[in-house]
Amino acid sequence: MLSFPNDTSEVLPRDWRMLGVEYLVVGYLEPREVSVRLHFELYSVLRQTVVAKQTIEGLHMDLRDMAHHVSDVVFNELTGIKGAFSTQIMYVTAMDDDQGRHFALNIADADGYRVRKVLESIEPILSATWSPDGKMVAYVSFEQDGRPAIYLHEVITGNRQILTSFAGLNGAPSFSPDGKEMALVLSKDGNPDIYILDLQSRRLRRITRHYGIDTEPSWTADGKSLVFTSNRGGQPQIYQLRLADFQIQRLTFEGDYNAKASVLKDGSGLVMVHRRNGIFHIALLDLNRGRLSVLTETTLDESPSVAPNGSMLIYATQERGEGILAAVSIDGGVKFNLPSSDGDVREPAWSPVKRKTFLPVE
Amino acid sequence: MGIFKLRGLLLLCFAALLLGGCASQEPADSGPDIEPMEQVLDTSADDEPIEPAGPMVNNGKIVLPADDMGSGETLQGVFYFDFDQAIVRRTGHEELNKHAGVLSADRYLRVRVEGHADERGTREYNLALGERRANAVRAYLVAQGAARNQIEVISYGEEKPANNGHSESSWAENRRVEIVYR
Repeated sequence: MLSFPNDTSEVLPRDWRMLGVEYLVVGYLEPREVSVRLHFELYSVLRQTVVAKQTIEGLHMDLRDMAHHVSDVVFNELTGIKGAFSTQIMYVTAMDDDQGRHFALNIADADGYRVRKVLESIEPILSATWSPDGKMVAYVSFEQDGRPAIYLHEVITGNRQILTSFAGLNGAPSFSPDGKEMALVLSKDGNPDIYILDLQSRRLRRITRHYGIDTEPSWTADGKSLVFTSNRGGQPQIYQLRLADFQIQRLTFEGDYNAKASVLKDGSGLVMVHRRNGIFHIALLDLNRGRLSVLTETTLDESPSVAPNGSMLIYATQERGEGILAAVSIDGGVKFNLPSSDGDVREPAWSPVKRKTFLPVE
Repeated sequence: MGIFKLRGLLLLCFAALLLGGCASQEPADSGPDIEPMEQVLDTSADDEPIEPAGPMVNNGKIVLPADDMGSGETLQGVFYFDFDQAIVRRTGHEELNKHAGVLSADRYLRVRVEGHADERGTREYNLALGERRANAVRAYLVAQGAARNQIEVISYGEEKPANNGHSESSWAENRRVEIVYR
């Protein structure tokens, strides 16, 4: 008969060793007046020691977040990598019915549960992105008479404002790492170029000036460079621009379509959309060795977004003609699909911070 | 050039009308019913100027004035493009010339030229590509006599496919520019 210990003192290591279990998480809930306390321990069966032990406190409605906190602690202890279980994902859904197409911007837990609609529209919504502190999101919405505008939207209150609504494209918003600026794409001066908007002063600076398509800017972690997609070489490829002197360097040479790149936080690599043999995949370019590896085996893959811990990335792909979200580890070893929701799902963006944080009590 | 072409065409039709029918001959048995009515309506004010019949906007499309057969011509408003290309195909020139003629004849007309792309590739790149296509159509219309301020360019990229399929033929239908009259 298997025991169900609440406390590591009740653990019979021999039983668990026989079952081949290496680690045990044990714990219990302690209801208090308005809150609830969660006591948990991570126990190593082989070493017969407690590896981690914490008590956290939250409201009853926080139970899911508390469980995610436990997962983060366990994952961190076992792998040395910070967990991403408490983070959120934002994504766009498109659904067709007899009245036409409906777009929605959603925020859900990283495992796909607790979906909340942030915005609904009969016109396209796309390119949603998080501010570094996770409090704001920016996106492109065509809701005003079918014209595109970039919106800044406070997640908790739903307050929002238009940042740009020039004639032509208003697209591809990307917050600087310090959250003070936003790189974006405008075509008001004739063709798509990259601009930087100071979010405080609202001053707009033009960054690229090329008759080709320049789009999808993304910042390096130090905020000193932008990587972006440009077809100035005839096909879409990834370029890096140093903001100090506007020096531009081409980063990708393999394949005839490389787009929507983002630099990993440690600067070691670039994830992007890469076409090989006519099929769109997600690829990782090792910037130190110059080696490009294709991470996904699905087709029509797009919109890679790296988890804040850098271990996984989430992307949009297709299954049986429907857009779904899938995830792959940065080494390409682990792959899985996220629970599918109604309609076509696209453009996932992994939140940079946890939904709720818990400090250990006692 | 398109405007002159169109005017030439109208003049030709007018001349043909005087001679008793544009494009096709009236069936013989339908003649007598109309004759007396025309006589009643035909007052002495023969040379008094009246507003010429103009094109009409219907649900985003433009309908050219009815000919004597009573059916107006609705201009085709969708133009297709090759993959990753923004070059207006030669096969669309004739219809685009008609749009340019309509726009140059009535400076109050406004159109939205909407650019679209197929689903392959990234969404923002496709927005840029859709805009290139719409710009190419606008440039063509302007070269043929339309005024730039009559034309608004908007790109929807891959967000509003005409066909929801994922095959080569669906993609070909989605790489397009639509001229929408407002």
